[in-house]
Amino acid sequence: MFYREAGQYKTTYAADMAVFPIRQDRIGIALILLIAFVGIPLTANEFVINSIMVPFLVFALAAIGLNILTGYTGLISLGTGAFMGVGAYACYKLTTIFPDLNIIVCILLSGFFAAAIGALFGLPSLRIKGFYLAVATLAAQFFLQWCFVRVPWLYNYNASGAIEVPQREVLGVIVTGARAAPEVKYLVLLSIVVLLTWIASNIIHGRFGRMWMAVRDMDIAAELMGIRMLPTKLLAFAVSSYYCGVAGACMMFLWYGGGEASDAFNINQSFNVLFMVIIGGLGSLVGSFFGAAFISGLPTLLKFGLPAIGIPIGGAFAEHLTHIFVGGLIIFFLIVEPHGLARLWQIAKQKLRTWPFPY
Amino acid sequence: MSTAEAASPAAALPGWVMPVAKTLAVIAGIAALIFALVASGIAPKGSWAHKILAAPFIEMREMPDLLVQTLWEGAVAGILYALIALGFVLIFKASGVFNFAQGIMVVFAGLTLVGTYELLGRVGLTGMPAAYLALLVTLGVMALLAVSVERFVLRPLVNQPDIILFMATFGLTYLLIGIGESIFGGNPKVMITSQLGLPRGAIDLNILGGRVTLQKIDIAAAVIATLMIIALAIFFQKTRIGRALRAVADSHKAALSVGISLNQIWMIVWFAAGVVALVTGIMWGARSDVSFGLQTIALKALPVLILGGFTSVPGAIIGGLIIGIGEKIGEFYWGPLLGGAIESWLAYVIALGFLVFRPQGLFGDKIIERI
Amino acid sequence: MSTALPGETLLAVENVSLRFGGVRAISDVSFDVVKGEIRAIIGPNGAGKTSMLNCINGFYHPQEGAITFKGVKRPKVKPHEAAVGGIARTFQNVALFKGMTTLDNIMVGRTLKMHRSFFWHLFRNGPAMTEEIEHRRKVEQIIDFLEIEHIRKTPVGKLPYGLQKRVELGRALAMEPDLLLLDEPMAGMNLEEKEDMCRFILDVNNTYGTTIALIEHDMGVVMDLSDRVVVLEYGRKIADGTPDAVKKDQTVIDAYLGVAH
Repeated sequence: MFYREAGQYKTTYAADMAVFPIRQDRIGIALILLIAFVGIPLTANEFVINSIMVPFLVFALAAIGLNILTGYTGLISLGTGAFMGVGAYACYKLTTIFPDLNIIVCILLSGFFAAAIGALFGLPSLRIKGFYLAVATLAAQFFLQWCFVRVPWLYNYNASGAIEVPQREVLGVIVTGARAAPEVKYLVLLSIVVLLTWIASNIIHGRFGRMWMAVRDMDIAAELMGIRMLPTKLLAFAVSSYYCGVAGACMMFLWYGGGEASDAFNINQSFNVLFMVIIGGLGSLVGSFFGAAFISGLPTLLKFGLPAIGIPIGGAFAEHLTHIFVGGLIIFFLIVEPHGLARLWQIAKQKLRTWPFPY
Repeated sequence: MSTAEAASPAAALPGWVMPVAKTLAVIAGIAALIFALVASGIAPKGSWAHKILAAPFIEMREMPDLLVQTLWEGAVAGILYALIALGFVLIFKASGVFNFAQGIMVVFAGLTLVGTYELLGRVGLTGMPAAYLALLVTLGVMALLAVSVERFVLRPLVNQPDIILFMATFGLTYLLIGIGESIFGGNPKVMITSQLGLPRGAIDLNILGGRVTLQKIDIAAAVIATLMIIALAIFFQKTRIGRALRAVADSHKAALSVGISLNQIWMIVWFAAGVVALVTGIMWGARSDVSFGLQTIALKALPVLILGGFTSVPGAIIGGLIIGIGEKIGEFYWGPLLGGAIESWLAYVIALGFLVFRPQGLFGDKIIERI
Repeated sequence: MSTALPGETLLAVENVSLRFGGVRAISDVSFDVVKGEIRAIIGPNGAGKTSMLNCINGFYHPQEGAITFKGVKRPKVKPHEAAVGGIARTFQNVALFKGMTTLDNIMVGRTLKMHRSFFWHLFRNGPAMTEEIEHRRKVEQIIDFLEIEHIRKTPVGKLPYGLQKRVELGRALAMEPDLLLLDEPMAGMNLEEKEDMCRFILDVNNTYGTTIALIEHDMGVVMDLSDRVVVLEYGRKIADGTPDAVKKDQTVIDAYLGVAH
């Protein structure tokens, strides 16, 4: 009843090409942003922000990154964790070398280092396709992971071998470090995620997004339309790695607050993000958010939700249960809806348009 | 289709002879170049060029026993990679599914075996009879796994793009990890080597002015792997099911149209892969222990596959040996220059290097793209 | 229909041979395409027709012979370079971008004409957006011309075969090519769809003056549409001329009907 586009005429191409052509969608987005920026910091407690919202946003960013590469350009990558790590270490080095540089600028800049490394490891993608490429990205994963441990310069020769997040202020407010308020960290992270999502949506709806999708759907035809493979694929690798890199930097500086990075950026992290993209929906930005919410929220839900409703469950068993759930759900989604949660969302919206009539 | 298998006995040379010969020629050329560099004095002792290009080879010549030991260890690691790769190849040949879960199937099979043995121990059964009973139970579990995978994963996904099936095996991986951990716990377990009648201990050979130690279990692994590969080759070439398998590999639809039951074939193949996984699990478990840490090592089967090709059994073996020996030699002689532990990525880089120059793998035919 | 005027040669194929390993796909074939004409390439299955098109747009590289396009002899040309040079094509088995909408598919055809940098695309505003809208207008003209307005926002994977072929033609047209290669544009269509497609091909030729080289098995269509026909068999050229001349050629009749030995 309330979700109708009847009477909304589009009289210009610009209006028709808008990302949200339907008025109700625009209102919905505005509402969500309002809740995220105002509602949650005002009402939520530290647990909700630190254990649910922050991980969700970090993973959403990483999932957008991988989705650009795998969902939009059709190149499988198992190196996401390592590219996130490059961002984290680059950010660490930046804050060390330029202590006065605004930390948010540092985080955004660190993505460029990940982009460069990503493009470098994307070079073989010109000659290698499909599963073969997946193995090539494994080379990136394990090599970079090795670097994180074996190149002490990266972690400033700390005895612990870990990133130590320094305290940094922006406009007099402490943003990173142990004394930063969770709300502040959350708001900074949220702003970064919103900005980068908007940019990703812009790229994807324009010429470059179409070039990527053309390469994904039929690379030979794309080449015969004048799309050059190498620059297009490398651009996808670079943009994707930029997002992963920023996600990694955010993870270390706004979530973990430092720690043993070789664990945070290992192969399992790569798989984790890949599952988010699959379950959320390959080739869908909103799907990246769904997938991230699902996979990052599920363990928390099982760990704290089940005991809350009276089912006692050990921490280790919750973890095993998560594995079973995630594995089962991946298979379930691939069978029932290979396009993931994003497609279910679309179907729901379609139903809503005609509701309460079946057609 | 692999050319090596299609070639009749009358054919002069199998398809892989030329690539191997070329590779050897390139290696010989590089060796000559290095010798020339060192001999001409461009790379004096102590320089980086000398450390990288000459010192390792001089060490190999001066201490051949160490070289033999390294080669042997590389070969054994290679055989184990090859065994995992073999499971991949079986499934890929018959269903076109890139089974990412093969590595975890190895762990799962090993865990089931040890776990069942422990359970039997609680009711008072121990020793060899219990071990073989556990082996039977594990075979049953692998058969059950094959049936369920066919019924609940493959059948609903028939005719989906390869990538979807590939990702479904990711799901299977997680499912198996979860189930395995819930039932048997996440702690590493000790393989029941002696209970299964497998040899333990080592043989010391005094050759080449030094001592080379061979673990008996490694020798057993090599022998069993060889036997299994021969058995598989006979199965593929000589039996009715083997022929059907090869038909399914070429085209699902065509195979269906001549009355081959895809479901049955898939079950058989996944069971065969399960058996291979079990053997691999026993061998590997005997060398270290049975734990989920193995899955990272199992990923090394991927570069092996890239070298050997996804459909070639001999390819998997030779690829496994190249990767195994390559990474051990690399780690032993060049690893210290880079700070060690390069084993974790060397295999992938070797495979990547091969791919860039030969995208079709060692044994593949040149790809002709059609449109 | 334009008549075969002895005009300027757009494309010349000279003594081209193509081998895959030991298999000869094309042996010593020469022909030319004149600006503004509709040139048909026919022949039995496996005659090397598609391979010929693949050579022309740089997807395959013949071992011998030369291809001259717009008066320039091309060495090894890459597919995208051929596209930049002004060659567009459609495919025997529809090669659309299945996950994208009709609109986006045709917009991809405009890629080469769009030049705004990545920087502007980050914001989807200013010059990038102006350019997008300008090209959207062009694409809408093509959509209008091919009468596919109703499927504008449908993912092409969901369209029936006939419409997919039409979208593919639209995508090639969006490139504003000088030479349009059509690989069996009417395969698998019913009569009505064929008639529509014929109309579009003739209209493209008349309105935009686009030179067309097409492969087709439907002899009626070929004889009606084309100005000149080249006939291939087992990778060799066996006839070349106007439809009427080819129709009467004894070797062509033998090739199609078989020869009594």
